[in-house]
Amino acid sequence: MVSDKAKVAVIGGGVVGSSIAYNLAKMGCNDVVVFEKDYLTAGSTGRCGAGVRCQWGTKMNCALSFASINILEHLNEELDSDFDIEFEQGGYLLLAYTEKEWDQFKKNVELQHTMGIPSKLVTPDEAREIVPGIGTDGLLGATFCPKDGHCNPHHTTWAYAKAAERLGARVKPNVEVREIVVKNGRVTRVITSDGDYDVDVVVNAAGPWAKPVGAMAGVDIPVYTERHQILVTEPCAPIQKPMVMSFSRHFYCQQAPHGSFIMGYGDSSELKGYDIGHSWQFLDNMVNVMIPVLPFLKDLRLVRQWSGLYTISPDCQPILGRTPKVGGFLMAVGFSGHGFMLAPIVGVLMAEMILDKPTSIDISMLDLARYDRGELILEPSVV
Amino acid sequence: MDEEKVTICRCEEVTLKTVRELLGKGIHTMDDLKRICRCGMGPCQGKTCRPMIAQEIARHLGIDVGEVEISTFRPPTKPVKLGVIARGDDGE
Repeated sequence: MVSDKAKVAVIGGGVVGSSIAYNLAKMGCNDVVVFEKDYLTAGSTGRCGAGVRCQWGTKMNCALSFASINILEHLNEELDSDFDIEFEQGGYLLLAYTEKEWDQFKKNVELQHTMGIPSKLVTPDEAREIVPGIGTDGLLGATFCPKDGHCNPHHTTWAYAKAAERLGARVKPNVEVREIVVKNGRVTRVITSDGDYDVDVVVNAAGPWAKPVGAMAGVDIPVYTERHQILVTEPCAPIQKPMVMSFSRHFYCQQAPHGSFIMGYGDSSELKGYDIGHSWQFLDNMVNVMIPVLPFLKDLRLVRQWSGLYTISPDCQPILGRTPKVGGFLMAVGFSGHGFMLAPIVGVLMAEMILDKPTSIDISMLDLARYDRGELILEPSVV
Repeated sequence: MDEEKVTICRCEEVTLKTVRELLGKGIHTMDDLKRICRCGMGPCQGKTCRPMIAQEIARHLGIDVGEVEISTFRPPTKPVKLGVIARGDDGE
């Protein structure tokens, strides 16, 4: 077997791992190798709903997502890529159907305004202007932010990976990490299907496999995986710019630049674990919850349904940073369904942390040890 | 043969030229190809183009077409209107 070395090993070739590798190389550390056991985006990235929003209910998520959106706005130019990331800022329209939800939205918008996020409260009438044809039965109000939108997860990941490679990083698909060697409380080596690599730093960006990768270094990460299903229709003329989303009715629905509608439904009774199959129950739930809101969908044909995994942390916020017990072992895991939209800034912050620079946003409270300290940051606005 | 005039995926209008260019850039699996250029992602879900893409991959890599990994099959077999699923009807 080959024996090689690298300063940093990143485990996981999704958007998070690719963004970390690119940002490390950009900051001058190109002795990075990304290990992906399958193809790039094969985990959660390539299965996600592709939405990007800065309308959140915690200061931390607002800060991270707003910073990511600012990066995405010029990412095509920055990465100088063959792959257009297809970032479209059509906004997100978040619908409130219960008093509790409406009260929360008012608080969220107030918080978002303190951070410079241009969101606003809208009436059902205004919602009909933003999304023509929307059904407003039972709708108390909504919030809208024009900065939000969606982006192509495959192209974004490829663009990051290719840019990282141009700067000297190595990206290795179809290479599986089998063991992480820890000596005297520090990571020293990763053993892969492509040989052994002596390393100084290991970054766990393994998405749904974060927990087993953590266990390789003897670190217990309190996350679990849950299946989320999604479907896509045939394409039609552009008729809906914003993503339409409801937390209390558990749906999101957008029209992709390609013309097809993509929609997902969050179901708390979904399978936990690693099943990424599909069910007819999802189709039934999805269309029956969605058609009353966007009635024109009834005439569009379903082309395909699929699923992917959320990796859910105890407070639905990511776990970012160093681990208390194992030196050189860093986490970028537990994104709870929002990894794609946070990846652009997470790559920057993780690279800064690895290179011992001050981080552009203070994320010290997102470390793994917050669960031991009991300092959870609960996010109220999740599908 | 003009590769630009040969369509591999009719639903998404992907030409042989596009597929071969991506293969030349090191994109060698059906899963990667479809995610990048949408071949096989249209209404027929690749029922027409899958074998042709597999053949192109095999030719490029110099392997047997049977060794090419095929991307996942998912429902529905044939596109169905969402309104039909919502009503539980058996026809359009």
